[in-house]
This record gives sequence, C-alpha cells and structure tokens, in this order.
Amino acid sequence: MIEPNPYKSLFAASAQNKRRAAAEKRFHRLGLAAIFVGLSMLAILMTTIVTKGSGAFQQSFITLDVALLEAKLDKKGTRDLDNLKKVTTFGYAPLIKVAFEQVVVARGIETDLTSKDMAAIVSKSAAAQMRDCVLNDPGLIGTTAEFKFLANSWIDGYLKGRVTRETIANNKNVSIAQLDFADQLIELGIIGKSFNIQFILGADASDQRPEDAGIGVAIIGSFAMMCVVLLLALPIGVASSIYLEEFAPKNRLTDFIEVNIANLAAVPSIVFGILGLAIFINTMHLPQSAPVVGGLVLTLMTLPTLIISTRAALKAVPPSIRSAALGVGASKMQSTFHHVLPLAAPGILTGTILGLAQALGETAPLLLIGMIGYVATNMPETVSQGLLSPNSAMPAQIYEWAKRADPAFYERAWGGIIILLIFLVTMNLIAVTLRRRFEQRW
Amino acid sequence: MPTYILILMVIALALLGFWLGKRKVNLAAASLHSLPVHYATYVLLMTIFPAALTLVIWSLAAPWLLHEQGLTLPNTNDPVAQADAALKSIVVIIVAVVSLFFAMQKVSPKFRARNVVEKFILAALLICAALAVLTTVGIVVSMVFETAHFLNLHSWKDFFFGLAWSPNFHGDSALSILPLLWGTLYISCVALLVAVPVGLLSAIYLSEYASSFIRSIAKPLLEILAGIPTIVYGLFALLTFGPFLRDLFGPEGFFSVGWMSDARSVATAGIVMGIMLIPFVSSLSDDIINAVPQSLRDGSFGLGATRSETIKHVLLPAALPGIVGAILLAASRAIGETMIVVLGAGAIARFTGNPLEALTTVTTRIVSQLTGDGDFNSPETLVAFALGLTLFVLTLGLNIFALYYVRKYREQYE
Amino acid sequence: MNSQTIKISARHVDVHYDKTHAIKDVSVEIPSNSVTAFIGPSGCGKSTFLRCLNRMNDTIESCQVSGDILLDGENIYDPKVDPVQLRAKIGMVFQKPNPFPKSIYDNVAYGPRIHGLAQGKSDLDALVEQALRRAAIWEEVKDRLSAPGTGLSGGQQQRVCIARAIATAPEVLLMDEPCSALDPIATAQIEELIDELRQNYAVVIVTHSMHQAARVSQKTAFFHMGTLVEFGDTKTIFTNPTDPRTEGYITGRIG
Ligand SMILES: Nc1ncnc2c1ncn2[C@@H]1O[C@H](COP(=O)(O)OP(=O)(O)O)[C@@H](O)[C@H]1O
Ligand SMILES: [Mg+2]
Repeated sequence: MIEPNPYKSLFAASAQNKRRAAAEKRFHRLGLAAIFVGLSMLAILMTTIVTKGSGAFQQSFITLDVALLEAKLDKKGTRDLDNLKKVTTFGYAPLIKVAFEQVVVARGIETDLTSKDMAAIVSKSAAAQMRDCVLNDPGLIGTTAEFKFLANSWIDGYLKGRVTRETIANNKNVSIAQLDFADQLIELGIIGKSFNIQFILGADASDQRPEDAGIGVAIIGSFAMMCVVLLLALPIGVASSIYLEEFAPKNRLTDFIEVNIANLAAVPSIVFGILGLAIFINTMHLPQSAPVVGGLVLTLMTLPTLIISTRAALKAVPPSIRSAALGVGASKMQSTFHHVLPLAAPGILTGTILGLAQALGETAPLLLIGMIGYVATNMPETVSQGLLSPNSAMPAQIYEWAKRADPAFYERAWGGIIILLIFLVTMNLIAVTLRRRFEQRW
Repeated sequence: MPTYILILMVIALALLGFWLGKRKVNLAAASLHSLPVHYATYVLLMTIFPAALTLVIWSLAAPWLLHEQGLTLPNTNDPVAQADAALKSIVVIIVAVVSLFFAMQKVSPKFRARNVVEKFILAALLICAALAVLTTVGIVVSMVFETAHFLNLHSWKDFFFGLAWSPNFHGDSALSILPLLWGTLYISCVALLVAVPVGLLSAIYLSEYASSFIRSIAKPLLEILAGIPTIVYGLFALLTFGPFLRDLFGPEGFFSVGWMSDARSVATAGIVMGIMLIPFVSSLSDDIINAVPQSLRDGSFGLGATRSETIKHVLLPAALPGIVGAILLAASRAIGETMIVVLGAGAIARFTGNPLEALTTVTTRIVSQLTGDGDFNSPETLVAFALGLTLFVLTLGLNIFALYYVRKYREQYE
Repeated sequence: MNSQTIKISARHVDVHYDKTHAIKDVSVEIPSNSVTAFIGPSGCGKSTFLRCLNRMNDTIESCQVSGDILLDGENIYDPKVDPVQLRAKIGMVFQKPNPFPKSIYDNVAYGPRIHGLAQGKSDLDALVEQALRRAAIWEEVKDRLSAPGTGLSGGQQQRVCIARAIATAPEVLLMDEPCSALDPIATAQIEELIDELRQNYAVVIVTHSMHQAARVSQKTAFFHMGTLVEFGDTKTIFTNPTDPRTEGYITGRIG
C-alpha cells in the first residue's frame, strides 16, 4: 500500500534520512578528495621540477690567473697559427696546475694536495677553453690572463649541496681533501656560483663533463622541427579540413577518411616513429637524426589533431555567412576562401599552436629516428647547418641526460624540463589569449 | 643543371604564363566568363602541373630503371648521372613550354576558367584529406613488410606463444611477445586503477557539485596535467617517485620489508601513468556526464533523491556506455604510452605479479631494439616491427570500439 | 469542508536569477484536495514559482529565493529543513516526460527504494502496482514491467512519470505543463487522471492552456511578468475577472 509519507514533520529527520544525508556527505567528500588528489599531484610535480631543475641555471666557476707560457704554447715563438694549432689541449693542461700552485702560494692556502689533484677540480673543458682563447688571440701568449673556468660537476654539486663529505666516501672522482681545498677557494672568492648562460645556449657535452652540458643546440633542433611541422601540417591540415567540412559529399569515401582521421589521432606516437624509420629513413634514405625527418614524423602525428580542431573552427562559422556569400553570386570556393576561412582563422591558429605544443613535447618517435645523437657543434654552426644534419631535440636531450649514470646530469634534465615547460606555457598562453581575443558568438 | 634551378625555371615559365594569360583576356574586348585572375591561374597551373608530374616520375623511375639494367647513380659527377640530369631537364622544360602553349590556346573570354581552376583546387583539397588514409596505409604497409621479413627469420610460434624474451647475438634469441604483453597490460591496469576512480570522481564533482567558480579554477588546473609532456612524467617516475617507493618498500626502506630492489617497477610506471591519465579520463567523462539531459536530474531530484543517489542510480547508468568508451580510450593511451615505461618500468621481461618488481613492456622493447646498433636485417631488430604492428592493431581495435561506443551514446541523447 | 484546508501558503516570495527578477512579491494559498492552476503568458514565472514550492530551484546556482513558503505551517526554506525530505512530500511531474533509462518497474520503484518505503520485494511489487493503477497505466504496462521506460509512447511515459511521483507517497503533486508534449488523446487521459488524483493530493498544475485550467482546476492563479495578478476560484476568474490584464489574457489579447 502507498503509506503516507514517513517524514511526518519537515524538521524531524528519520533515521533513514540521517543515513542518506551521511551517505551524501561521504560521496561529496570522495569527489572533493579526487579533485584534491589531482591538484596535489600537479603541485608535487611542479615543485619537484622547480626545486630540482633550478640548479641547472647556476654554475660554479673558478677564476684563475693563468700564465700562458710561450715555452709551452709556441716553442718557435713565431705566433704562426698553423703551428699554434699543433699544440693540443694536452699542451695547455699543465698551465692550470701551475696556476693553482701559484694561487696556493700567493694566497697562503694550506693544502696537502698535489698540483694534479688541485687542477682536477676544474672541468675537463678548461684546457680547450684556453686553447680556443689563445687561437683567437695569439697575442695573449707570454702574458698572464684571467680565465673563468667551470668547476667540475662534483665541486659544483658541493656548492649546490648535492655532494657532501658523507656521500663521496668511496668516490674516486673527488676526495675530501679537494672539498677542503674548495672550501678555502670559496672563502677567497676564487670559486663562486653565477648564472649559467651556457646551459641555455650551449651544446650537450660528453658524459665526463656534466658541468659543460647545455640544451641550446637541442632548442635549435626542436625549433627546426617545429618549422617543418608548421610549414607542412598547417596547409595540409587546413586543406583537408576545408574539404571535409565544406565540400565532401556524404559518401563511403568521406566516411572512411573521417574514421581514419579520428583513429589516427589516437594511434600511439611511437607507431609514427616506426613509420618514420621504415619509410623516411630505410626506404627514402633521408638522413638519420635530421630535424627534417623529425619534422615529417611529427607532422604526420599532429595532422589528425590539427584537422579535428580546424574542422571545429570551420563548423563554428554560422551557415548564414555562407548563404550570404553564395547569395551575392560567389562560388562555393570563393565563399569558403574569402568569407569562411578568415572568420575561422583565429580558431585555426589556436588549434595549430596547441598542436605544435603537443609536437614539441613528444619524445618517443624521435628516439626511433635517432634524434638523440650527441652533437658537438656549438651555437653558430648549429643554426647554419640547418635541417639535414644530425641534431637533437629538447625532449630527446632530456631523455638522454636522464639515462646517464652521473647524477649531475639529472639536474640538467630537470633544468631542461623547465625550459621545455616555459616554451609550452608560452605557446598555450598565446593560444588562450588568441581565443579570448577573437572569441565570437554568433 | 641542379634540380633546384630546374624547378626555378619551371616556376618562372609558370609566372610568365600567369602574366600572358592575364594579358590575353585583358586585351580581348569581349565580356569575360571569369575574372582575369582565373585565366591567369589556369595557365599557371597548367604549366606547372604536367612539368612537376614529369619531374617527379622521372626522379623516381630513373634510378629504378637504371638499377634494372645493373647501373646505379652513385653521384652527380658520374657520366650516366649527368646524362640523366641533362635529359631530365630538357624533357621537363619541353613539357612545361608545350603545356603553357596549349593552355594559352584554351584561354578565351568564353572559356570557363574559374570552374576549371576550382576543380583543380578541389582535387588538391581532396588529396590533402586523403593523406590521412595514406598515413594509415603507410603505417600498415611499412610494418607488415618488416613483420613478414621478421617471421621469415624467426619462428612465429616462438613470437606468439613462447614464454621468454631474451635477445642475444648468437642467433638463438627467444623473442616472445607474451611476457611483454603481460608487462604492458599489468602496468596499464595499475594506471587505470589510479586514473579511472580519480578522473571519474573529479569529473562528477566538477559537473555535479562544484560551484562555477571552483570549476573555472580546478578544471584548467587539472588540464595542465594533460598538457605536460610524457618525458616529464617519465623523469618524475625514474628520479622522484621510484626512489620514493623504494624508500618505503626497499630493503633499507621505511617499512624495512625489502620488497623492492630497483626504483623502477610496475607500480612506479603504473601510478605515474595513472596521474597522467587523470585529466584524460576526467575531461572525457565530463563531456559524457554533461550530455545526460538535465531533465533526468530534475526527475530524480523531484522525487526527493539526494545528489549522490541521482549520480549513482540515474546519471552513471545513463552515461555508462560513454564512460566505458572513455575508459577504453584511456586504456589504449596507457598501452601505447612509451616514455613513462621506458624510464620507469625497467627492462626485465618476465611474468611476475609483484607490482614492486621491474617489468618491461611492448613499447620499451620497440625503443630498445630500434635504438641499438643492431643490424637491420637481424630478427632482434625486425622484431620491433612485429611488436609495433601488434601495438597498432591492439590500440586501433580499442579506439574503434571506444569511438563506436561514444558515438552511439551521443546519438542517444541528440 | 475538508478540501478547503490550506496545504501550502506562500508569502511575499521573490525570486532572482542573477539580474532577472523572475518573481515579484507573490503570495498564494494552495488548498488541499483540490487542483490549483497557474496560468499566464510564457516567461511570466509560472515554472519558477512552481519550482520554489519543492525547492527545485536549489539546484540552479544563480537562483535566489526570498520570502516564506509554509507547508502545513512549517517553513520549507528554514535552514534546518532537508530539501530531500521536502521533495518526498511534494512530488513533481515535468513538461517533457523524463523516464529514467531503466525498466518501467525500476522507474516507479525508484522513489520507494531511496526513501525506504517498502519492506521486501512483495511490498514493493504491490506499491508499484498501486502507483501504476492510480496513474491509470497499469493495464497497458503490466505485461512488460521490465521493458525500458523510454520505449513507451509520450502519453504513456508521462503517466509512468506520474506513477513514479505517486509511488513516493507525496502529499502535494506539482505538474509543470504535463500535457504540452502530448497529443489530444493522451492529454484527455492525463486530465481525467488529475481529476482523480485530487481525492488524495493537493495538485498544482502549470498550464498555458486556459481551457485546460478551466477543465481541471478549482482554483486559478494568473501570473503576468513575475507578479501574481489574480488568484481565486477558477469559475470566478474565467467568468468574472477583476483585473483587466486577466480579462485580456483570457479573451486572448495578452500572451
Ligand atoms: N535557469 C534560469 N536562469 C536564468 N533565468 C531563468 C532561468 N529559468 C527561468 N529564467 C527566467 O525567469 C523568467 C521566468 O521563467 P519561467 O519561470 O520559466 O516562465 P514560464 O514557465 O512562465 O514560461 C524568464 O524571464 C526566464 O528567462
Ligand atoms: Mg515554464
């Protein structure tokens, strides 16, 4: 029987009702907890990136006066460049030892270290740095010049707190005595940290010299790939979208193409890497590790997403615009290109930027086409070498660093992520601003 | 003559055609069917297109034809290569000039240039759209060929039904997909166990409970998680989350249980992948829950149901097909995810049920087999294509299924 | 007579949606065991006011209600009142039939289940049957109770929705244009049903059809641009309206 409602008065909550209210509260809390979990993961991730990566932008430098002895560097005294070039970095290395010996005496530093162990706290890149400097200006030979050398990664880690006396107990690369020595140099202002522009502009370095590794070359590689993606994906994507949205007849072929695009958008990115390897490199013999191949692979990967967003932008243009254009005697083609496309342009642009951002962070396909090569060329050459010579890309470089054994590279990897994220955030902000600016509701 | 000069010459001819075409109709006093620019474009296209086609066909066919006769084109200084280049240039230029001439013949005020040009553009648009199909074909063909090659060199029984994965250089590698599939599915399951409850509950909270203010803040924040590249998650798994788990469950860990020896494990990769998938699941579910008509919510509230009762008994059952579709899409994402497992899962192929042990997956093996220095014709390298094909088929199947589900669901409420 | 006791009494109710002032100082007394009709031109606030009576407006974020609404003398907008409990007492039927995507049986059993009105399966069966009978749909659906409710015709769906509301054992039934999506035959059936429901419930029906109001209701309230213009016996309103706007609407000059 339908009994009268059990809730007699609105103010008298039954036991049943209390239970239900409690269940409601629990569920509400559950939802809140889910949001909290998601947001705290974001917070943890961001904090980790910033705390672990910001160190990469600071580097320890050792400032030394080095006597560039003529006897070592230019025995003949001719200053002839070809002759000077015959002196390898091995010829320069002893100068650093000498410089340290002089500093110890001049500044009254107490240490039992041999000059070889003292010189070992300088990066292995120091000799090459001096050599480049001398070859640039042979007039320096015979004088004493001030150099700002990179400290090696252990000393750098010591200044940044990553390396302590406890953690290096059994370490062959650095000794406690060297840390004591470094302490005195810090006191005297000979070792100090400063902003590390080399990290942002420089090239990767061998796994012996983490302190010298930079992401600049990989940024150029990424940039070159993005140019290829933009140049190919944008026109092709817009053309396909226009066809599908404005001209395609409703038939099997169109359906097939649409289903194809929807499914391609969800194909794992690594599959595109396999495609690139098999078609572009093994069949078409395009150069391995080249940004042009990376760009082609990323184009194929980005196209489906780009087509989907472009079609949405075209769809948002009201049919009345089309009818109006057709009404004044324009052909369908003219109506599309003269009226619909300009109105959809901001939406298309937004979608393109977001697609590029997605491509910029993609790693897996790049590994397969070999874009993780260790590239020694430095800044000016990389730019001019262009699309066909081997290069790396930001995410691939980060992966490369993450794989290396020396933990000093991890700091670089996190730092690289900061730079990558800065690019992505900028692109997304531009996209959001564009959307806000041109958002139109008809 | 280098190819780029040839191309420039053809373009110059085409521009000349553009100018000539325009001049011809402008001089004609009669009223035109189309705008002068259409005639000009017509001549331009007619000049470029046959020449370009000739150039492409020649460039592709010549090496092949020469190869048939035992010749190769080693470099540009070779006499054969020079002869080929010279002949190619002459033929292409002739084609361009002849087609320019015929196009000019066609141009007259009555000629419907616009229609022809538009047909041409339409064909170009169609070709661009068909590129998606071409990509799919490319993926399938490239992988099928190499897979066939692989199965010629290696027993298919071992690949599909073997139990071990241990590539070596002695020519007796065990290359079975089963342990890899086990790792892939296990890690994906862990990821979904994290992502589906959190993502779904977040979507429910945002669409049914949160005020519009909270929603406008929390939703974009959650979506940031989706915009972070997977390499970042991989690094987080390898360097932060894995060591954290080991500090809890490792031999010298907080619980001193020694369940975990390496920072890389199923849980490391799976949980981090789950975090990555949270926004994916939540934004898909959000769309789907919002597609449930308001009238159903009203009906339930009108009967005195609480929000949670409405969600559990009305919204979720109504949205179920769509949510299943979303979960399948997330599963396909998880299966195809590469960087997180490459960095976080480890490299040991085995059948283990312990989530704190390292396992390996299909995608990690593809990367490791294709990034080594291996010989491209060895089964150890070619197996990657077979793995890739399997991965493609698996994810494609899931996607088709999922998209079908979601579309069916949408149509129900349209 | 019993039918003249006041079931709901609304006093000085104002409703705002953000900037829209949808209901302006409306006071109405709804008697039990009779049908009260709300009429007025589209957009005048009938639905809004109806939804105030069972606090359905709480689910709309921008909606602000002020004033007092008493159900049997208790203020339903008192902070201590649980709207869930209130809505169990005041059932609602909507403009568009909205059966849940479940079986007919589950649709009707939904309310009793969540409110715990039935002890055991047989009790629930009986309750469902009774609700369906009262909604005059039992004969049509008794052989397919496990078929989905969405598979019925519009009129049948609406009667299942009424049965669904009745099964919760409400004291008041609110109906928002229950026949507007139905054909004339289904409309006639529902109207007949409303007249029967009057025996047990206070029924409030929103309609934009004056004929329907005249046919089914005993009391009529005429709304215009958010204000209550006139409220009284249906007969009086239709034969002898006091306000010129009411007369204008009834004779077809407004609306
Ligand atoms: N959810 C809402 N949000 C904002 N304004 C609303 C909403 N619902 C109704 N309104 C406004 O309140 C006024 C009354 O609407 P309503 O009660 O639906 O009228 P009726 O049912 O009489 O046609 C209208 O001006 C309408 O625009
Ligand atoms: Mg209404």
